[in-house]
Amino acid sequence: MTTTTSMLTKAKAAITDKVQATVPVDRQVRAAHLVKKAQRFAGLSTPLVFTEQPIPDPADVPLTEIDVSNPFMNRQGKWYPYFARLREEAPIHYLADSPFGPFWSITRYADIQAVDSNPDVFSAEPYIVLGPPPLEIEMFIAMDPPKHDVQRKAVQGVVAPRNLKEMESLIRERVQEVLDGLPTDEPFDWVQAVSKEITGRMLATLLDFPYEQRHKLTYWSDTISGTAEGTGGTTHQDEMFAAAEELARSFVALWHDKAARRAAGEPDGFDLITLMQTSEDTKDLIHKPMEFLGNLTLLIVGGNDTTRNSMSGGVYALNQYPDQFEKLKADPSLIPNMVSEIIRWQTPLAYMRRVAKKDVHFGGQFIRKGDQVIMWYASGNRDERKFEDADRLIIDRKNARNHMSFGFGVHRCMGNRLAEMQLRILWEELLERFDRIEVVGEPEYVQSNFVKGYDSMMVRLTPKAAPAQAGAAPAEAASAA
Amino acid sequence: MGTITFTEYDGTSHEVEFADGESLMELATSNGVPGIDGDCGGEASCGTCHVIVDDAWIAATGPRSDEESQMIEMSPECAPNSRLACQLKACAGLDGLKVRLPEFQM
Repeated sequence: MTTTTSMLTKAKAAITDKVQATVPVDRQVRAAHLVKKAQRFAGLSTPLVFTEQPIPDPADVPLTEIDVSNPFMNRQGKWYPYFARLREEAPIHYLADSPFGPFWSITRYADIQAVDSNPDVFSAEPYIVLGPPPLEIEMFIAMDPPKHDVQRKAVQGVVAPRNLKEMESLIRERVQEVLDGLPTDEPFDWVQAVSKEITGRMLATLLDFPYEQRHKLTYWSDTISGTAEGTGGTTHQDEMFAAAEELARSFVALWHDKAARRAAGEPDGFDLITLMQTSEDTKDLIHKPMEFLGNLTLLIVGGNDTTRNSMSGGVYALNQYPDQFEKLKADPSLIPNMVSEIIRWQTPLAYMRRVAKKDVHFGGQFIRKGDQVIMWYASGNRDERKFEDADRLIIDRKNARNHMSFGFGVHRCMGNRLAEMQLRILWEELLERFDRIEVVGEPEYVQSNFVKGYDSMMVRLTPKAAPAQAGAAPAEAASAA
Repeated sequence: MGTITFTEYDGTSHEVEFADGESLMELATSNGVPGIDGDCGGEASCGTCHVIVDDAWIAATGPRSDEESQMIEMSPECAPNSRLACQLKACAGLDGLKVRLPEFQM
């Protein structure tokens, strides 16, 4: 029987490969969309919609009913008090019912590290967010070894330290361009003008994507990672499918365009597409379009929300703890350690999801085969058992590098060195230019249980004395908003 | 007690004295040897304390475990004698051990 099953599996895989290779990938996305629509019309599925309600204090909710998957937790400032209660009273917590089904929450640092390091028991397949995304894209972040290892090795060179060394001066130029264009005479939205702009430029550079269309990359990424079904976000599934289809079409075109330019003698760059086309493992990846689409989507999403929200979060945190900003100005050599501390404090992705592959006793609880297990990095990074005075930003914190925002184990963030480098360069260039970076008013937060981020944040800059730029110094002038 | 020599990618060597039971990752990070991060704190789950054991010493240290392989084999600099320094405990039998560091930890 096993033989029959495995023969069937093989036959199915062969057919899938064949279909993938012959049907254009944007058509495949459209076909998946039609299936979803048909299910909806047949009453078999209803798109999720979340409506914001005030969230009570954690002490007023029975332990068994605590639901940290509520996508408004971060916006209402409730995540941390809820996590604090779970870490104390129920570190391996089971919620029997939620819009995303039942799930376990793991909230202590050591327990999260143990789950993350054990892919034999806790599988990353088939997806790593709380709910099933409407379109299943093949990404190695949601694959177990050995398939994961093969796919990851094939593309990780683009963000490997050796390649980054080549790219550092280009990254710095991009950051300088953005910072030199910022207004110093009035408040502006830091998220749009800095965080989104720099990450967008970075992604376009990394992919050698048409520079003037770079806003599309951030749009696709936000849309795909923001589905209500997957993360409690605001993207309707129809919009997600449209974005995925456009992304697929654009990247297939980019691949062929790159191949043509290289054939015409254009020298090889350091971008991802060139790297794929010149590597033995990936030079034919275009013939496996769903995998190609998956790898690109993963890089875009992975490099977008994460760095963006650490760029905003760092500014916000240094405004919460102004003594730390003074410490930084007095000793800019603290920047690399501060970058790790900002990534810990912000934790731009709140969790990763795993599924138990077998029954397992863990932390005094019995987790059954098939159960969803959520590793709340956002909570582990505030665990007092690991980090003293964990809620505070302390830029020279000794063990800041031990943060778990990059995850642990085989899925550890592949772009971690790129992220650190971008943030280091940003802070080096900011200190060159500005004396004060002042958050005016409260930021607006993203609706999501996955992305811990900012929709907007108004900031006023004070240039350093004797600025290089011409124009009147704004000094302390309180401008009417 | 004894010494272990870490050689950086650029050839700079650091001879470090150890007490029995310390891991090579702890030794390196507490003695200012650059090029070893140890981000996960010694749980073999980040791969940022990658070292390459000198051929003459691999019999004494033994080869890497499957757990270590899972992390190190991702690195393009992975060599047959690659180990995670957090999984190597200093002891009398390793007095004089020589390891070199890769160009990057990732």
